[in-house]
Amino acid sequence: MREEKLVCVMCPVGCRLTVRISYNHGSGNGEAVVEGYRCNRGIAYAQQEILDPQRILPTSVLVEDGEMELVSVKTNKPVPRRMIFEIMEIVKKTKVKAPVRTGDVIIPNILNTGADVIATRSVNKKV
Amino acid sequence: MREIPVDVLIIGAGAAGMGAALGAAREGVQKVIIIEREDRTGGILNQCIHNGFGLHYFREELTGPEYAERIKSLLKDYENVEFKGDQFVKAIDYKNRTVIVVSREGIVLYRPKTLVVTTGARERPMGGILLPGTRPAGIFTAGVAQRWINLENRKPGNRALVIGSGDIGLIMARRLTLEGIKVEAVVEKMPYPGGLERNIRQCLKDYDIPLYLSHTVVEVRGKDRVEEVVIAELDNNFRPIAGTEKVFKVDTLVLSVGLIPQTNLFKDFLRTDPWTKGIVCTSSGRTSMNWIFAAGNCTVIYDLVDWVTEEGEKAGKYAAFYVKNGQEAAKFPLEKGQNVGILFPNYYEEGTNLNIYLRVKKPMDRGIIRIKQRNNLLYNKVHASLMPSEMVNVKIPEPKIGVGDITVEVVEA
Amino acid sequence: MRIGIIGAGAVGALTARELTRYDLEVYIFEKEFDVGMGVTKANSAIIHAGYDDEPGTLRAKFCAKGNEMYSAVAKELDIEFKRIGSLVLAFSDAELRIIEELYKRGLENGVPGLEIWDRDKILAHEPNINQEVLAALWAPTAGIIEPWMIAIAAVENAVENGAKLFLNTEVTDIVIENNKIKRVVTNNGDFEVDVLINAAGLYGDYVSKMAGVETLPIHPRKGEYILLDKEEFGGFVKSVLFPTPSTLGKGTLVTPTIDGGILVGPTAVDLPGERKFREDTSTTIQGFEFLMAKAFKMTPNIDFRSSIKTFAGLRPETPIKDFIVGRTKVNGFFNAIGTRSPGLTAAPAIACFLVEEIQEAMGITFHRRANFNPIRKRIRSYIQMPLEDWDRIIEKDPLAGNIICSCNKVTEREIVEAIKRGARTVDGVKFRTRAMFGSCQGGFCSHKIMKILARELGVDVSDVVLRNEKTKILYGKVRT
Repeated sequence: MREEKLVCVMCPVGCRLTVRISYNHGSGNGEAVVEGYRCNRGIAYAQQEILDPQRILPTSVLVEDGEMELVSVKTNKPVPRRMIFEIMEIVKKTKVKAPVRTGDVIIPNILNTGADVIATRSVNKKV
Repeated sequence: MREIPVDVLIIGAGAAGMGAALGAAREGVQKVIIIEREDRTGGILNQCIHNGFGLHYFREELTGPEYAERIKSLLKDYENVEFKGDQFVKAIDYKNRTVIVVSREGIVLYRPKTLVVTTGARERPMGGILLPGTRPAGIFTAGVAQRWINLENRKPGNRALVIGSGDIGLIMARRLTLEGIKVEAVVEKMPYPGGLERNIRQCLKDYDIPLYLSHTVVEVRGKDRVEEVVIAELDNNFRPIAGTEKVFKVDTLVLSVGLIPQTNLFKDFLRTDPWTKGIVCTSSGRTSMNWIFAAGNCTVIYDLVDWVTEEGEKAGKYAAFYVKNGQEAAKFPLEKGQNVGILFPNYYEEGTNLNIYLRVKKPMDRGIIRIKQRNNLLYNKVHASLMPSEMVNVKIPEPKIGVGDITVEVVEA
Repeated sequence: MRIGIIGAGAVGALTARELTRYDLEVYIFEKEFDVGMGVTKANSAIIHAGYDDEPGTLRAKFCAKGNEMYSAVAKELDIEFKRIGSLVLAFSDAELRIIEELYKRGLENGVPGLEIWDRDKILAHEPNINQEVLAALWAPTAGIIEPWMIAIAAVENAVENGAKLFLNTEVTDIVIENNKIKRVVTNNGDFEVDVLINAAGLYGDYVSKMAGVETLPIHPRKGEYILLDKEEFGGFVKSVLFPTPSTLGKGTLVTPTIDGGILVGPTAVDLPGERKFREDTSTTIQGFEFLMAKAFKMTPNIDFRSSIKTFAGLRPETPIKDFIVGRTKVNGFFNAIGTRSPGLTAAPAIACFLVEEIQEAMGITFHRRANFNPIRKRIRSYIQMPLEDWDRIIEKDPLAGNIICSCNKVTEREIVEAIKRGARTVDGVKFRTRAMFGSCQGGFCSHKIMKILARELGVDVSDVVLRNEKTKILYGKVRT
């Protein structure tokens, strides 16, 4: 059993949450008891954050023939934090051709996470 | 030389300048011109490719470039706004209300009815923290490292130490890590982190990057390239404690040691705050000269870009009002009371809402923010976990406010 | 006749330029990537009046004369030089007696215009000086300069007049035959020379030894400095402020720089003579604390929150605390070393002296070249120019309208011109143009300057270096 303190980021109130985590050894599953929340979103956030945190991953992808060498990208949904380096390996090998528009899907459904890697800026063709 | 008359001239097309353009354009003045040093709008947002922007202003979480593109698209419908990139303000002849602008196309004299200053901030350089040791290649301010890695596709090094736990330092620690640059630690001289809780979690804890609080660099080593950086723990008087030294073998040192309002062009004629170095403003964004307004990080360093845009919008709106009616209302100073470190704006201007931004001097678990005008209590509320690193925004609507000096204090709840 | 000069610091550069007035082949050997990057680069940047130096020393002989020469040298080489005057401040009766001594010594050394000022006069001239000051020695001929520009400009002018500059060229041996200079051996080939001048700064004793001439040992004396932002502290003091000197030298001064900032320094720490210490330009916490305390004493309103740059320089010190200049037992080998303070001030006088000394020692007469051009033009800066003129220039040359360094308003044209004149590094551009010298210290423009360097030198931006080939700033691409 361990205890972790969190600040809820679901809304600007920023509740200070305490989470007590007990692990069910052998199954890999755990249980998290949350205190200090003012609404149910706090419980959901804390449990997710402790047991399998999700993150938007912002990074960049190489552009060919672009006015810039890189296009900034992000996952359009949070992805499991544990998969971030695996996703980065794919992102690092990816190349796109200019022009790229904001919102363009660069890698669909990356590693079956249900999240697309999308462009967060436009890069014109080099003139 | 060409002379260009304009109603509202905005210097800087970052988050504040774009907001100012929007605020002025909406009021229907004839001509708004934004001049910008870079070739595009968005300012520093362009290189802040991480997410976390826009939750207040756009009610949606965006990355920096997306945020920049959003505001740009909001401006698209206004034909009275013109953007001019690759422009450099050489000087401002405030007596003749002339802004001298240099570019590859020549020199232009702008003759604005009002000016909005949205020049942002610069990073404190290594010399600004009296960094001891050698001065080899491999020392970057966080923003410069960020630019290389995010915009120019170049690596600043292979193993890094980050100095300063402000948000930029934390974001860069994660960014470097994701790109395979090993971040050995983040070092903070204060006993508490300088950045938001969320960034401590998502940038450091997620990647097991140690954070050394109450530590500082006591020596940079390496003749040509950074080879080692020595840190030590600080005592209560911020003096290194002998025997606590730790040596990190790194080739790169990233400094995130503070932002300084960029006011060099204006300090001869606009009042600046001797402590924050920001341009002194009223609650309308008006500076010490009635036809000049300012907003964003050149006035005070904000935590959220959303606030910067909001303040820009307000300054743009009141600049436009001033173009239309030339009026200026009475103003009353805001005074810092107990445990208030940073307070903005400096004056309340009658007829405006009062949007206060403050930072506490010392952390307080539960504090009451109390805002008084003479004997009239304008605001009195408990806030939990007040930290110097987290700016608090308090909004007081205009009808509540009377005349007289206003005091802001934070007391134990 | 072939004359080699080892070291392109202020002394070597000015000597080389002086020699190009005559019908000689002049070679300059510099071990660094650029000129003026050793002792010359990092010091107080003061042209001293000449009252400090005890009569009879070489310092006294060359300092006052060098000071006088700077007006002409700066004019011909088109270097900014301002005679802003200096004040030696006395805070006690004992100190007052010392400045009275300095006054007398100055008269003996031929220093013009010296005066003793009382408190009222001092404070009227410099209101930020500590009110407790009793008196001061005023020396109107003291001045400030950009010391590296002396080397840069003098070498440019020397090369224009036919001298050959060999950078990255470290002298590793000197061959003597029949007690006469024969050849210089370097990592960049061997050079036959008839005369060799040792202006190797911190390495002067090593070089002398290579020629078989034992000299007094040189050890580095470290001086740390703090530079305050001109935007915050410009005009804080108008003249060079010295404390009353002690046995350790002239003390920590507070002075304006040519660029308008305020410089505080130096410390004075003697380091051992071993080679590794001759490269130790590290700064220290103790050094900063020392400087702050000293500066607060003279100017209590100074605020180090406005510091933008710290650095340290090494002065080549000898046990006699004096220069070693002139002929040696080896025919054709001349020393110009131990040029501790006021070496920079003395440099033009040393250069002229050496020209005479070589002729006298070798019993020869140099012949003047008819086509020697003493004039070197600085890189044109636009910021002070009338706007109409600048506008007309931009019409033909758009680069002159592209301001790269927004703190110091340096244009792309100036940077390109600096590269054309020999800047190959970020520091090379910085010292030639003052780009990156301002409040942001390159925060906004270093990437632009590196990209211009890459373009002009025909390399990738990852191959642009800070000051030599070992100081690459970037480690290749993030994505390939």
